[in-house]
Amino acid sequence: MKNSSYRKERMDRGIKARADDIFAISSYKEIAYLVLPRFLFIVFILLVPILGQYAGHYWQGIIVITCIIALLTLSWTFMFSVGLISLGHAVFFGVGAYIAGWMSFEFGLSPLVTIPVATVSGAALGALLFYPVLRLRGIYFALITFALPLFMMRLIEATGYLGGTAGLSRLASFPSRMVATYIIILVLLIVVFGYLRIQDMDYGLVLRAIRDNDLSVYAAGINVPLFKAQALFLGALPATFAGAFLTHHYRFVGMTAFALEYSMFPITSAVIGGTGLYPGAVLGAFLLTPLSESLRAFGTLRIAIYSLVLVFFILRLPQGLFRFIQRKYHQYERWVPIGKE
Amino acid sequence: MVEVIIIYGLVASAVLLLVSLGFSITFGLSGIANLSYGGIYLSAGYLTWYLLYELEFPYILALFISVITMAIFGALIYKIVIIRVRGNIMNEVVVTFALGLAIIELFRWLGLGGYRYSLPSIVQGGVRIIGINLDYQRILIIFAAILVASSLWYFTRRTKTGLALLGMAQDEYTALSLGIDSDWAATYSCALGAAITALAAVMIFPLGVISIDEGYKILIRMLAVTVLGGLESTKGLVLAAIILGFFQIGVGTLVSPRWTEAVFLGAILFVLAIKPSGIMGQSKELEERV
Repeated sequence: MKNSSYRKERMDRGIKARADDIFAISSYKEIAYLVLPRFLFIVFILLVPILGQYAGHYWQGIIVITCIIALLTLSWTFMFSVGLISLGHAVFFGVGAYIAGWMSFEFGLSPLVTIPVATVSGAALGALLFYPVLRLRGIYFALITFALPLFMMRLIEATGYLGGTAGLSRLASFPSRMVATYIIILVLLIVVFGYLRIQDMDYGLVLRAIRDNDLSVYAAGINVPLFKAQALFLGALPATFAGAFLTHHYRFVGMTAFALEYSMFPITSAVIGGTGLYPGAVLGAFLLTPLSESLRAFGTLRIAIYSLVLVFFILRLPQGLFRFIQRKYHQYERWVPIGKE
Repeated sequence: MVEVIIIYGLVASAVLLLVSLGFSITFGLSGIANLSYGGIYLSAGYLTWYLLYELEFPYILALFISVITMAIFGALIYKIVIIRVRGNIMNEVVVTFALGLAIIELFRWLGLGGYRYSLPSIVQGGVRIIGINLDYQRILIIFAAILVASSLWYFTRRTKTGLALLGMAQDEYTALSLGIDSDWAATYSCALGAAITALAAVMIFPLGVISIDEGYKILIRMLAVTVLGGLESTKGLVLAAIILGFFQIGVGTLVSPRWTEAVFLGAILFVLAIKPSGIMGQSKELEERV
């Protein structure tokens, strides 16, 4: 079929054309068309830890890591949607991790206190740290984010504060592995649907406008750096939470919290899933992280492998997997002969 | 103490200038921030080592082949990879960074680390200057840095090809209308940048062993110097290399060598926050800030 005298025609399904607008929903079928994918996603993600029990200890750990990476990817995507391209997301992760670790180590506080405090104060600290450079755009912002986690690492190494190269260990932990897994899954759901909500609000519209054309947003009398700082705070929250959570999960925090992996993984997941899409971010993380764990036998080659996967996706599938699935769900495709209509 | 800082500060400045010229020339001539030069730097080192010890080429021939191969490699990176994402800054940066990362981690996986992998000095021996021992290799690096910087300056200001590339960098549409091919210019600048990075690698590696982390270190150094000097100014680049070089040696001898890496990263952060166009650059002033 696929020779040159045919072309592929794509059409929106009728149900999509009607159900796209909220007023047009007229039957349970159309409600299901819109709600079912979201519902299935929630059911799947809530069932994952229960299924994980049968897969053994090792895979239960991977579920947590997958959720961590998914949170980081969502955080990266939120910043990307404002036009802030971060090459060093590990800095937010590390700041959250170290604040929680330090509070637990120095004062013996429980995770119930340290995680929320570390999440909010870490994100606020991030927004404050970045405030002077928020006016930069494009490559300049990317370069500064690239340098920050490395700088933090060297700073801790050189000063020896916060445990220096040895890190802080024997921190408080969660009551059980299952509780920990469900905490992070709930947070993941809140973040996904919260971000989707923000995206559809007027507030989200301003943020997207800043990415598309910041000068015209200025001209509309909106304080762009202030909005960017708020976006940075909102965007950093999942990342700092992920850091604080993993600190208590591993009962340890060290310089690896600023490692390159926590910067590269979110970018790769985002690109695989579909850059700029929140569901795509989760999809990317849920595909990439288990894949990367199963490649652990290859040692450091896996970093090379997923770098090449990233290059391949950017060059060959820049729209990502989620947009591809979305298109299949919403549209018919058929081959039509050219010139015979 | 002061003599050590002066002499070795000069050497460190030359090293920094040499490693950052490649990145800077590519960015300055085509606006591509090619972050894969860390990988190219390492590749040049290993290729020279392989030619020298496994295939037993004469040293000068090995150096020459490495530089040429890396130039072709740089052009191929543009032709195969960058050309597809040209103009999209995020994808440009991520793709080249990922490519560099892949190269570096591939070498790590192959286990190409350790004392076995080192290049001999091009010229053996050394001299004694104001009470400090200085080997010829370091003197050679200083001369190479001066030579490469000045010939690049001459190339971009006085030759027809160089002027065409510079025109492309200043105003792409006007340059296009005068018949200069944009892709040709970008390929040329990527090849030139990779060749200079390879040259830096073969000059600098004889000072120590070829280690994997050098790939990352070099990337940070070239970014620090280029950012401090202004992303397209040659004069600024020289000044930035001198400032950072002396600062690095000063901090290393007076405070502690543990702080040297923090100096580079601190410089990047400080300059980007205060004056993102660098100490000498001004042409991008309007574009980089809202």
